[in-house]
Amino acid sequence: MPSKTSTKERSIKSFIASHISKIMVYVIFLIVLIIFAIWLGDKFFSPTNLLNVTRQTAMISVMAVAMTFVIASGQIDLSIGSTVALTSLVVALLLKSTDNILLSVFTGLVLGAFIGLLNGLCITVLRIPAFLATMGMQSIVKGFAMWTTGTKAVPITNETYNEIFGMGNLLGIPMLFVWTILAMIVGHFALNRLPFGKKTLAVGGNATSAKYSGINVNKVIVIIMVLSGIAASLAGILYSGRLQTARYTFGEGDELSVIAAVILGGTAMSGGTGNIIGAIIGSLLLGVINNGLIIGGLSVSQQMIVRGAIIIFSVALNSLGRKDKARA
Amino acid sequence: MDDYILSLENIEKSFGGVTVLDKVNFNLKRGSIHALVGGNGAGKSTLMKILTGVYTYDNGTIRINNQVVKFNSYTNAMKNGISLIFQELSLIPTLTVAENIFLNKEIKKGIVLNKKEMNRRTRELLEDLGIDIDVEMKVQDLTVGHSQLVEIAKALSTNASVLIMDEPTASLSDKETEILFNIIKGLKEKGVSIIYISHRMNEIFRIADEISVLRNGKIVANRPTGEYTLESLIADMMGREKNRIMEYVEREVPISDEILLSVKNLTLGKALRGITFNLKRGEVLGLSGLMGSGRTEILESLFGVHRPDSGEIVFENRRVSFRRISDAIEAGIVLVPEDRRRQGLVLMHALKENIILTNFRDVVKGLTIRKSLVRRISEKSILELKIVTDSISTKLFNLSGGNQQKVVISKWLNRQPKLLLLDEPTAGVDIATKVEIIDIVRQLANQGKSVILVSSELSELMAVCDRILVLHDGKITNEYKRSEIEAEEVLQRAIQN
Repeated sequence: MPSKTSTKERSIKSFIASHISKIMVYVIFLIVLIIFAIWLGDKFFSPTNLLNVTRQTAMISVMAVAMTFVIASGQIDLSIGSTVALTSLVVALLLKSTDNILLSVFTGLVLGAFIGLLNGLCITVLRIPAFLATMGMQSIVKGFAMWTTGTKAVPITNETYNEIFGMGNLLGIPMLFVWTILAMIVGHFALNRLPFGKKTLAVGGNATSAKYSGINVNKVIVIIMVLSGIAASLAGILYSGRLQTARYTFGEGDELSVIAAVILGGTAMSGGTGNIIGAIIGSLLLGVINNGLIIGGLSVSQQMIVRGAIIIFSVALNSLGRKDKARA
Repeated sequence: MDDYILSLENIEKSFGGVTVLDKVNFNLKRGSIHALVGGNGAGKSTLMKILTGVYTYDNGTIRINNQVVKFNSYTNAMKNGISLIFQELSLIPTLTVAENIFLNKEIKKGIVLNKKEMNRRTRELLEDLGIDIDVEMKVQDLTVGHSQLVEIAKALSTNASVLIMDEPTASLSDKETEILFNIIKGLKEKGVSIIYISHRMNEIFRIADEISVLRNGKIVANRPTGEYTLESLIADMMGREKNRIMEYVEREVPISDEILLSVKNLTLGKALRGITFNLKRGEVLGLSGLMGSGRTEILESLFGVHRPDSGEIVFENRRVSFRRISDAIEAGIVLVPEDRRRQGLVLMHALKENIILTNFRDVVKGLTIRKSLVRRISEKSILELKIVTDSISTKLFNLSGGNQQKVVISKWLNRQPKLLLLDEPTAGVDIATKVEIIDIVRQLANQGKSVILVSSELSELMAVCDRILVLHDGKITNEYKRSEIEAEEVLQRAIQN
C-alpha cells in the first residue's frame, strides 16, 4: 500500500506527533480561555479575575511541581493533602504563641520534610508500594491534624505573615503567584539542568538500569518524597496565609487535583518523563475551569459534573496524541 | 516445481522514503526448516512483521499454498496458519501456564471456564513436546528458559502450518535448547514448515535445511545448508566486510606484570564456592561455563551488586569491599550487564540521556548540566563506537540491538575504567557488531585496561582472551592460556565437563 504523503508533510506530522503531549495542555488551556472569554466576557476575562485565578491555584501549582518529580520517578504521593492541613495548624499555633514568622515557617517546612522522609523510608526500606505507604500516611497525618486543636480552626493575626504568604502583592503581582513562579523555576531548573533531575527520570524510566549505572535509587526516591512533603507544607502555609486561618480541612482532596494537573501537563503516569511548566499550566487550567464555571453561575453540583468531564476529555486528548506517536 | 507452502515474490517496503525491503523473494518448502540470517538492520524483522500482518507491504505478492493472500492483522495471519514465536515474551506472568496457553481461546462449560479440561489439554500438549512443567504454575515462577518453551507451546497450540521462530534460544540453557531442537524435529516430521531466525550459526548448521541471507533489504544468497561453511556464510552476510571475521589477533602491547585484581576464596551462597584468580593490568580474561555456573555472579560481586559471604577482593593492592555499585565505579570497575534492555539502558530515553547517566561530572559545570558538553560527549561516543542513529536525541528503543549495546559500552568507556566487566556483550547482536565489540576489547587491552569477558560463544573468547577460566557449579574447574587451546572443542569439552 504505497503512501502518497510527501516527506515534508510527514516530518511536520511526526514533529506534532512527538510533541503533542507537551503542546496539548497549552492548546486546551487556550481553547478553554477563549470559550470562557466569549461566554462570560469581562466578568471572566479581566486582569483582576485572572490574577485571582493565580491566587486560587497557587497551592495546587506548588505541589504539582514536586508531584511532577514524584510521578516522573515512578512513585505517587497521596499524603500531601493531609500534610497541608497539619502544617497550616502547626504554623498557626506557633505563630500564636511566638509570633516569630521565621521560626514558625521553618518548623512547618521541617514537619513536611519529616513526613516526606517517613514516606520515602516506607517505600525504600519497608518496600511498601508508594500508593499504599502514602495512603496510610494520609490517614495518620490527618489524624494528627484533627488532634492538635480538636478540629477547631486557628485564626492567624500576624499581618506580615498574611501579606507574605497570602493576599499581599510584590510589584503589583500577587505574592501567591510569586511563590508559584518561584516553585516553577526551581523545579524546571532542577529537573532539566541538574544531575538530580536526570537521575529522577532514569529511576522512573528503568530503576534497574539506573541502579546498574551507579545511581543510588533509594536515595533519589527518599529525596523526592522529602521534596514532595516540603512542597505540601509550603502549600499549607500559603493556604493559611490566604485565608488568615488554619483548619484541618485545608488541602482535603488536593492530591487528586495535583495529580490531574501533572498528568494534564504531559507527564506520563508510568514514570520516566516530566514536564514542570506543563504541570503549572495544568494547574492553572483546572483553576480557570473552576473560576469560569462559578462566574457562569453554575451550581456546585453542575460545576462538579462539567469539571470532571473537562478533565477526562483533556487527558483523553493527551493520550490519543501519544498513541499516534507510537504508530508514527 | 517445488512444493512451496509459502512464497514471497518481489516484496517491497519502505519507511519514509528509505527502502527497507527491496524485491525480496523467499520460498519456504513444505515441511522444511529454512533459516533466515542477516545483520541487525538487514530487514529480517520487517520481513517477519509483514508475514505476520503487523506491517503492510508496498508491493509484491504473498502466496500460501499457491493462493494469493493479504494480511492486515496478526489474527488474520494466524487464521492463514502462520504463527510467530515472539522474541519478547508474550506471556502474562500472573496467569498459569494453562491459562496462558488458552488465553483468548478459553474452553468454557456454559459461561464458566473449564479449568480441568484446559489443564488436561495443556498437559497433553506439553507432554507431546517433551516439556516437563507443572501446568498450574504461574509463568512468573518459571525460569526464563521454561517460559520460552511455554511460549513455543502456545504458538503450536493454534495448529500452525508455518512457524516463525525469532531467536528462540536466546534465553535457553543448553538443555532447554536440546528440548527445543527435538520439538523442531518433531514438528518437521509432522509437516510443519519453520522459518528460523538466529544469530547463532552453529544452531543453524545443526537444524536448518536451507539458508537465505538477507543483507541491506535484499536476499543475497539462498542455498541448501550443506553447500555452506561457517566462513562462506559469514562472508555472504557481511559482504565487503568479510575479511573481518572472528579470528585471534596477536596483542600489540604485551600484558604488564602488575597484578590489578586478586580474588581469593570468593564465596556467595551456592552460586560461588571459593573462587580464586588474579588479573594483570591489560589482560583479557575469559569466563566460560554453562548458564548458572557462576559467571554472572563473579562479575556482579566485583561490581558491588552482591556482597560476598566470604573471601577477599584486592584491587590495585587495596583490599576492597564495595557496599554499593557506586563504590565499584569510583574504584574504576564497570559492568556491561547481561540484559541490556532491563539492566543496561533506559530505552524510553534518548541516547544522550543514557550516555551521561554514568558521567555527570563530565557534563556538569558549576552546578548545572551543560547542553554543549552533553552534545560533545554523545557525538564523541557515536563517532568512536560507530553507533548508527539519526541523532543524539533518538530514543533508544528505535535503535537496533547492536547499537543499543554500543551505547551501554560507550557510557562506561566515558568513565575511563581500569577494569571492564562484560557479561555476554554480543548476545542478540549481529555479526558485524560482534566483530566491532571484540575489536573494542582488543583496543582496551592495548591501552592497558583489563577486561573480564563472559561469553557463551566460544569463538569470541578464543578470538580475544589471553586466558580463559572454565566454571562449573560455582567453582573454577580449568584454566587455559590462549596458547594452550588448539580448538574450540577443547573448551567445549571442558565446559560440558
